[in-house]
Amino acid sequence: MSKLGSLGARLHRGEVGYDFVGNRKIWYGISILITITAIVGLAVRGLNMGIEFQGGAVFTTPQHTAASVAQAERYAKEASGHDAVVQKLGNGSLRIQVAGIDTGKADSVSAQLAKDMNFAEKDVTADLVGPSWGEQIAAKAWQGLAIFMILVVIYLAIAFEWRMAVAALVALIHDITITTGIYALVGFEVTPGTVIGLLTILGYSLYDTVVVFDSLKEQTKDITKQTRWTYSDVANRSINSTLMRSINTTVVALLPVAGLLFIGGGFLGAGVLNDISLSLFVGLAAGAYSSIFIATPLVADLKEREPQMKALRKRVLAKRAQTAAEGGQPQQETVDDGYADEPEDAAAAVVGPRNQPASRNRGRGRPSGKRR
Amino acid sequence: MAAPKKGRSASAQSKPGRSLALILIAIVALTAGMFASGNTTPRLGIDLAGGTSITLRAVPEKGQESAINKTNMNTAVDIMNRRVNGLGVSEAEVQTQGDRNIIVNIPKGTNSKEARQQVGTTAKLYFRPVLATEVSGGSATASPSPSATGGASAKPSAGASEKATGKSTASPSASATSQGRAVTDGLKADATPSATASSGSKASASPTPSASASSAASEAAAKLQAQYAALDCTKKTVQNTAGKSAKATEPTVACGKNSSGQWQKYVLGPAAVDGTDVKKAQAVFNTQTAAGWTVTMEFTSKGTKKFADITGQLAQKQTPQNQFAIVLDGNVVSDPYVKEALTGGSAEISGSFNQTEAQGLANMLSYGALPLTFKEDSVTTVTAALGGEQLHAGLIAGAIGLGLVVIYLLIFYRGLSMIAIPSLLVSAALTYAIMSLLGEAIGFALNLPAVCGAIVAIGITADSFIVFFERIRDEIREGRSLRPAVERAWPRARRTILVSDFVSFLAAAVLFIVTVGKVQGFAFTLGLTTVLDVVVVFLFTKPLMTILARRKFFATGHKWSGLDPKALGAKPPLRRTRRPAPVDPKEA
Repeated sequence: MSKLGSLGARLHRGEVGYDFVGNRKIWYGISILITITAIVGLAVRGLNMGIEFQGGAVFTTPQHTAASVAQAERYAKEASGHDAVVQKLGNGSLRIQVAGIDTGKADSVSAQLAKDMNFAEKDVTADLVGPSWGEQIAAKAWQGLAIFMILVVIYLAIAFEWRMAVAALVALIHDITITTGIYALVGFEVTPGTVIGLLTILGYSLYDTVVVFDSLKEQTKDITKQTRWTYSDVANRSINSTLMRSINTTVVALLPVAGLLFIGGGFLGAGVLNDISLSLFVGLAAGAYSSIFIATPLVADLKEREPQMKALRKRVLAKRAQTAAEGGQPQQETVDDGYADEPEDAAAAVVGPRNQPASRNRGRGRPSGKRR
Repeated sequence: MAAPKKGRSASAQSKPGRSLALILIAIVALTAGMFASGNTTPRLGIDLAGGTSITLRAVPEKGQESAINKTNMNTAVDIMNRRVNGLGVSEAEVQTQGDRNIIVNIPKGTNSKEARQQVGTTAKLYFRPVLATEVSGGSATASPSPSATGGASAKPSAGASEKATGKSTASPSASATSQGRAVTDGLKADATPSATASSGSKASASPTPSASASSAASEAAAKLQAQYAALDCTKKTVQNTAGKSAKATEPTVACGKNSSGQWQKYVLGPAAVDGTDVKKAQAVFNTQTAAGWTVTMEFTSKGTKKFADITGQLAQKQTPQNQFAIVLDGNVVSDPYVKEALTGGSAEISGSFNQTEAQGLANMLSYGALPLTFKEDSVTTVTAALGGEQLHAGLIAGAIGLGLVVIYLLIFYRGLSMIAIPSLLVSAALTYAIMSLLGEAIGFALNLPAVCGAIVAIGITADSFIVFFERIRDEIREGRSLRPAVERAWPRARRTILVSDFVSFLAAAVLFIVTVGKVQGFAFTLGLTTVLDVVVVFLFTKPLMTILARRKFFATGHKWSGLDPKALGAKPPLRRTRRPAPVDPKEA
């Protein structure tokens, strides 16, 4: 795998050892910066809400419409009395958006356009939206978002623990803020398709986070029984060990979305495919980033505040200082198999989800013979 | 490996054949089901097949917010179905969506404009006195002579929803069993033996609207009479339009189907009672009077008075002028006759209803009472050409997505992609078959967002394999040989897959329940594919992995197997009870 470069090869071998948790302040900083930019973008520029949210009509003319964009704009304005936005699509048809017309009036506009541009009225694709429809979709989406967040926090708190649930939630909000921020800054149009994409990110972003947490939970099971690693160390290792998977997952998730985006953008011009895949694309990228750089370091931060973890950190540091003083090489020891039993730790072993009696591990190579 | 693991891994290894057989059977069964039921392709939504989709939103009347409930919405759907399909629009479908929306999908090739008008307007239900009626056109062309056969009241029974049989029995008997429709006060149904003779000639009354309260000017009356004479209710176009535009305060002509399925035409007086005056209507099986299925109505206080007035007037009259017509959207759905003034605020329509008929009529009556109006929220018309193009684009996007994922898997997992790719294909086959079958079973229609959902799901499905493969590789890095590595990796990969799929499914489920419109189609596919992902990983990927782990190609970590210990940077396999774990005490 050397062809893929040394980083690739190291990734492939699971040898990458970037200190994600140690450098978390940098990443927090970057995220806060991006988030602030996103919020400022939202506040200043606002979202470019599509017709579906304002009410109005979108007409799509048949393929190979002869009329030019400028002509179509004029025709549409004459027919409807409102300004029209016209786009030429990849297949030669025109997409004419007219905001603010009533669903009832749209018929006559459509007929007039057909007459002006010389095609049969039945060949016009029309999307007429009452002003309340978009509101309703948006309201439902917010409602769904809220319900989902509550359920997920409850689920994660049960399946993992509340700190992880909190961190996952922060990561989720982070992703959504960034995605909407990008929409505001770039000025992409927000349609129900965008909302769909955004809502899907919910599941996906968490999916990624959950996989890292799963590994973290497993690795920290018996953490208080040893003195070699602090919680942050283990968390860092969890990220690194699932890094390959995170990258692969993200790439594999992005590939079909990229296919959609390519086809939606290149072939159809605009439409649902494009809208969904664009927000998915942005959101997935943000999601992968946040599960690695935000969610897990955040859990580590929260965990390190626990008294037990503080105590553990103290012991680990003390031990390291001791071995350093003895001239040993703490990181290179070969005897240790991770959580070697140390009698004085047994009493403190409260954190692991499954505490094993200290005696069980004694004299045994592996602390947790049972794996789930 | 620890001792307790042996039992489990042994049993897990004995199963792969069975699991594979199971999933194979499932695929064959589903495919057979597809062909047997003739649903070999998923039903396409409007945006892919072309057509018009109308989303209506229920708006309650002031102070009646609670009127938006399941029963009312279902009633509204029934009525709209009747209206749209009454237009001769084939296969239009009407369904509720969310708690307050109704979606009307009209396939291409039908007059969507007219359909829109149909569903967009509020239903109007009136009780109008019958001034004259006769069978329209056809065989029994009765001369419009005022005929009251004997003392008995000739009874041209009508009712659009009726298909009553045994109509030849002229039975001077309790009205309850007669084929005519009688309105009685509560349970007095059988008290008055009203003779109902149903002559073969379909008796009728003089088409003189003079009887209508002298309010109508003679000119208007003449016009109405001319209309009535010209009215041919056997014509389909006329049936639904005849009485449509009538104002409530004016007399009108209208059509309706009688119990023998013939179309009957009517001259009707001004509306005496509004649909909104009906408080409640329901179909009741009347056991006490042996009347069978009847429809009971309750009126509001205003309605009670109006109804008492009109029944008081009608009861004095001769047939058919003692009848009133229940007119829904200009169509006579029932024309019961009145025996006496009904002042109690409730009434019962009896006759030879069967359950469906009674419920149908009750529904229509209820609809008039619905304090709901419906507003057009969105109307999407997609030409067949664009629909086809979008379908095409979706399929190409899917193919590209799948292709890219396959290439990626080939590069990164080499031989392992021999497991991943068939797994993806099995997943795709199951998704396709289930979607096709669901089209029939629950009316699932594949729309563009649903296609998107399916494409996005490729990623989710492939991810499960990645989790599993990475776990196996982790085990190999720790120096295990393949077979134990697979068995050790599986329980942990399984948990990760379940947990993350659960989160994904939760998102889909919440979206499906809460949202409306296009989002729902997307959520549905996402949920479906997530579930199938679990099924495929458990029943296909894992067993296949177990089987292939026995092959030399994989077991020896061939360079192209994707499991080459050297390429993965594995430590040399040592015999030991303690792992060296120089890098870390990794467990995952």
